[in-house]
Amino acid sequence: MTTLLAILIGFLFSVSIYLLLRRSIVKLVLGLLFLSYATSLLLFVTGGLTVGKPAFVESQTQIASKVVSDPLPQALILTAIVIGFGVAAFAMVLIYRFHRETGTIDMDELSETNQK
Amino acid sequence: MILFLPIIIPLFFVALLIMMRKNLRLQKWLSAIGVLLQLFAAVTIFTEVRASGTIFSQAGNWPAPFGISFFADYTSAIVLIAVSFVALWIHIFSFGAIDRTRQKFGLFVLFQGLLTGINGALLTADIFNLYVWFEVMLISSFVLISLGATKSQLRGAVKYVVMNLFGSALFVSAIGIVYGQLGTLNMADIALKINQQGLNLPLNSAMMLFFIAFGIKAAVFPFYFWLPSSYPAPPVAVTAFLSATLTKVGVYVLIRFYSLFAFHQAEFWQPIIYGIAAITMVSGVIMAASAYDIRKILSFHIISQIGYMIMGLGIFSVFGLAGALYFLVHNMLSKTTAFMSAGLMQQKYGTFDLKKMGNLYRLHPYVAFLFLIPALSLAGIPPTSGFFGKFLLIYAGFSAGAWIVTISALVVSIFTLFSMVKIWNEAIWKPLPEDVPVHDEKRMNRTSVFASSVMAFSSLLFGFAITWFFDVFIRAGEQLVNNQHYINAILNP
Amino acid sequence: MKSQIIQIAATYLMPFLLVLSLVVFYRGHNEPGGGFIGGLIGGSAIILYAGAYGLEITKKLWINRPTALIWIGLAMALLSGFFAYLTHGSPFMTAVWVQIGSGPFALKVGTPLLFDLGVYLTVMGMLVKVVLTVMEEVL
Repeated sequence: MTTLLAILIGFLFSVSIYLLLRRSIVKLVLGLLFLSYATSLLLFVTGGLTVGKPAFVESQTQIASKVVSDPLPQALILTAIVIGFGVAAFAMVLIYRFHRETGTIDMDELSETNQK
Repeated sequence: MILFLPIIIPLFFVALLIMMRKNLRLQKWLSAIGVLLQLFAAVTIFTEVRASGTIFSQAGNWPAPFGISFFADYTSAIVLIAVSFVALWIHIFSFGAIDRTRQKFGLFVLFQGLLTGINGALLTADIFNLYVWFEVMLISSFVLISLGATKSQLRGAVKYVVMNLFGSALFVSAIGIVYGQLGTLNMADIALKINQQGLNLPLNSAMMLFFIAFGIKAAVFPFYFWLPSSYPAPPVAVTAFLSATLTKVGVYVLIRFYSLFAFHQAEFWQPIIYGIAAITMVSGVIMAASAYDIRKILSFHIISQIGYMIMGLGIFSVFGLAGALYFLVHNMLSKTTAFMSAGLMQQKYGTFDLKKMGNLYRLHPYVAFLFLIPALSLAGIPPTSGFFGKFLLIYAGFSAGAWIVTISALVVSIFTLFSMVKIWNEAIWKPLPEDVPVHDEKRMNRTSVFASSVMAFSSLLFGFAITWFFDVFIRAGEQLVNNQHYINAILNP
Repeated sequence: MKSQIIQIAATYLMPFLLVLSLVVFYRGHNEPGGGFIGGLIGGSAIILYAGAYGLEITKKLWINRPTALIWIGLAMALLSGFFAYLTHGSPFMTAVWVQIGSGPFALKVGTPLLFDLGVYLTVMGMLVKVVLTVMEEVL
């Protein structure tokens, strides 16, 4: 399972880098979203996979009586998702401003030489 | 509790300034008061560090390897004071230097947000928490760069956002790998475990990912290309703030991570760091020589001077690290002064283009003098702070036998002098070009001139009072060289 | 593009979603839920309303004060960290719990609840602010 997920993570990273290198700014933002998904999955897998053991302790007890999965990577992923949420909102507005400023979604519109 | 104040104060002022968003005049003074309070908190932390060497605290009272630790030693206290000090005067500079529209759209809220992230990143001792502070910092700086949304700002912002988010993704991946390998996120605990078992291959590759992530933030050699297009785009006060804080925090974190974790593999890392330092220095200064926009020249010099700090890190002796830190603080002060005086010139001439300036020495001898101080300091003429910083670094470099990088540092100094002389000749000595209209009615903002004068004076003082500062920086270097100080302070209090 | 069906649905759904968001927020301490997800649900209630009735009417809603929500939430989250310092002198963000009542009606309140309420308000305010600003620009 870990191997399969590792391949999936690699695939997600390659998708995101492919999209980041495109000229369209919409694809650039999609690439950024894929990048955050890939890293979240990576965090999840590196924490160790446990099958069917939720990261919760039964109520009324302080210490888990059986093996539970490590809650820390899940908390980290949640934080990363929250941050991704803010960044995605910013990126959307950036695309919109870009489109209003240049009238296209082509990144090449931005290129400008130093000599004016 | 004192350790949390540099984080709580700006965050509190974020809330307060959002509440006061209608009243611009009140907002800007409140924001300046907030930074002043941070400066007091930073000074208090520094005095406590001087009394006991290190101080630390556990957020939420959870014990050390499990909870989030906050930690200050000489290094973080010094950088903390420098950041708050520079931020205070940039605030006051920006009162007169940034247009009202930008101020209305939350410039000061963003300044405070940026400071929250920076202070958090300087004080935390938990790698994931560090990531969170970095993101706080980045999101504020994204908006600061694109605030106003001119075409050049959008161009800068797109590059900046993409590169930095990519860096953050690498940072999180590296955190995941470290957690998977060692099962801890506390920096002292990681350092202890690496001390015991050494750097194995996955950990060393995580270190490489960390290095790339912070290298992007600090703008070192292969990853600096976002900086020259995004830093000159926003108004000059914002540029000064970003250059004084963001890139320097990147360097600070590089120093911290290398001195805690990666130095075990010095035979692998040292040549890489030397090479990167040399190429960063040389390429930054060469690009600066070809530019004719003051902000571009100064931005390229940021890159070149990051190289010096990285060189001190690579030497990794007490003198090298002390030199790197001294150079970092010197650069914050001098570079900010240089950007501020460039901003004053822009208020006079309405442009940053050197070809459209001239005769400043006649028109405003005082501003010419204000530019002279950071120019000499950046070039490293004694007895300015730049000279002592470079002297420490070059002395450490020759003692360590790092010939190539040290000699290139010496050569780069001459080129830096060349760039500064170019600005001096074009903007200050040369008679005003015929076709440029004279703006006699355009005046410089008094508050801005005052803020630049204070920065110039403190930059001078930082060089003159070297005997006092020397002792502090050497102690910082001694603490950095041995990571047991860090581990003992947090794990065995 | 105003649909009668969505308008009527939004009128009834909005209070329901707001209550649901509070429930999700409250159960968050020991079970799945919490301030962040509660704030998202609460924010989406207002966004649904804005989608159905348009911006003009939504702006008149008393609950639609995103900027105020943001700063109140931030201040609340910050203040929750000080309680333990003031009472016990413990570091910032140490939790203090108080039990009110006993038996089946026992209610445990503490500073993490206050912190979470701050998160709830900030997230709700942020979401509404972002979406409504973009709607105003684009539409």
